[in-house]
Amino acid sequence: MRTEYRPSVVSRAVRTARALPLTPGITLATAHRVLQQIVRDRGSVALMLAIPCMLMVILKLMFDDADGAFERIGPQVFGIFPLIVMYLVASVSTLRERTSGTAERLLTMPVQRLDIVLGYSLAFGFLALLQAVLATLLSVGPLGLDIKGPPYLLMIIAMLGALLGLALGLLVSAFARNEFQAVQFLPAGVLPQFLVCGLFVPREDMSDGLSAVAKVMPMTYAVQAAGEAARHDGVTGLFVRDALLILGCVIVVLLASAATLKR
Amino acid sequence: MEQRQHTLHAKKASADGPPAISVYGLRVARGDRALLDDISFAAPRGAIVGLLGPSGCGKTTLLRSVVGIQACAAGHVQVLGHPAGAAALETRVGYVTQAPSVYTDLTVLENLRYFSAALGLRGWRRENAVVRVVKEVDLADWADQPVGRLSGGQYSRVSLAVALLGSPELLVMDEPTVGLDPLIRQELWAVFRRLANEGTTLLVSSHVMDEADRCDRLLLMRDGRLLASCERSELLAHTGCASVEGAFMRLVRPEGAGAPAGSDSVPVRLDSVPDPTDSVPTPSHPERAPETAYEPADESIPAPAPPSSVPPPSQPLFAQPLFDGDLLPDPHASFFATECRGP
Repeated sequence: MRTEYRPSVVSRAVRTARALPLTPGITLATAHRVLQQIVRDRGSVALMLAIPCMLMVILKLMFDDADGAFERIGPQVFGIFPLIVMYLVASVSTLRERTSGTAERLLTMPVQRLDIVLGYSLAFGFLALLQAVLATLLSVGPLGLDIKGPPYLLMIIAMLGALLGLALGLLVSAFARNEFQAVQFLPAGVLPQFLVCGLFVPREDMSDGLSAVAKVMPMTYAVQAAGEAARHDGVTGLFVRDALLILGCVIVVLLASAATLKR
Repeated sequence: MEQRQHTLHAKKASADGPPAISVYGLRVARGDRALLDDISFAAPRGAIVGLLGPSGCGKTTLLRSVVGIQACAAGHVQVLGHPAGAAALETRVGYVTQAPSVYTDLTVLENLRYFSAALGLRGWRRENAVVRVVKEVDLADWADQPVGRLSGGQYSRVSLAVALLGSPELLVMDEPTVGLDPLIRQELWAVFRRLANEGTTLLVSSHVMDEADRCDRLLLMRDGRLLASCERSELLAHTGCASVEGAFMRLVRPEGAGAPAGSDSVPVRLDSVPDPTDSVPTPSHPERAPETAYEPADESIPAPAPPSSVPPPSQPLFAQPLFDGDLLPDPHASFFATECRGP
């Protein structure tokens, strides 16, 4: 009698999709749910979108007198600010998912690990896109940031930086036991990259050891690609290489964080 | 012995399918400390099985092992004929954790819609499932409220509703009624009873002994070990106590410490559970206290110990754990197969 509405349909739909490490429908539902949660928290959305813009304004005011400094620094921070903002939001929200038991509950259902990780990536990627568009329009428009390349390259860098921050946040949430630790991982993991990425001192002027360290930090390539976009007309080979490198990093870190999701 | 167990079980399995849960030699250790030691029991389908024991005795660990998410579980756990945690069980077993695991910032409906999508439900099937469970846990009036704004009882009912979405054949619940007011507890138990009548097997843990009166079968636990696995009436007859709490004390401290058997405070039953197996003593189950917990004993063969050998109910033999005839591992699974997840 009960077998009538037992979800045989469920199992069939899931079983056919089992060939893949993810189920598209479940991934999309997860992205939708994460967006629902974010949208419910209007304060966080406003902060996420406004913070990079605010930092650009401060930067403009800072370098108002210094000739050409805003033109040099401005594009480079596009690889940095979105990364930091997205890292914080992603690490805390996925940590909440892990500690509240919902991630474990999902994994006792036909949800696969990539469904959760990609669902989060899609949702936060969408926010990163909004963030990048806003920051770029503000900088190129009212703030008068003068770059040689097309502005959409800056958007791409901001997007990639945000995705990298998201991936790092997802990964870190596996090792952090609580929100305090997750936030502590920011100075531990992100600020060193920030220091050696070439923003303060050109990488060529650093000691050999430090520049070698800088070479393996993904943020370095985000900053370098942004510099490329600022100095050259059109898309250079170096820009493409750096962008692909960051994208590769994002994928590797996302896969690593999927591996850390355990039942 | 092994051979005998196999044939015995094969007979039973052909009659009514594999048991809902069959656990054999389960051991969970963290470091040197054993959280669960040598747990073996079986639970038939369609029964409410109460897992009772004091706080910290390993109830949650046992439930997690049954769901298949406990790390470092050694031994053999089979659920509905599959190894615990198998992919085939993902939609057939519902698990309600002790702390409600739902998204507090989403509404009841949003939670249910998402979790039903996570179960692979689509379109009208999804809406049907959502509407059905909202009715089942009686949350229709709060469906559009964020879960974080609900009261504690409503909050845990949302978690229960999520577990009911897939119409699971086995529902594993970790202290679902703790801390709820008596009225809601009664309502929840009415839901549990209805589900059991529809054929769902329920494994419910509690540290409140009077909840045992609402269960068909009982698992009594203490310090990571199982004291009894039998029907409630059997346990009472075996120990000569009027309440499960008294029976538990008897099993823990066999001397009885002077307390007469009948003088246990009988908890007030808030509702009379209309279940024949609950109240009628089972004559086919002669009370036995096997020397070893895993001695095969089944009604389908002549009982190894004739009823005349049953000791009178005042003997200190009550220290013996009580396991009834269903305690047989599944022959199709490898015994003592060690399965270890994670580090």
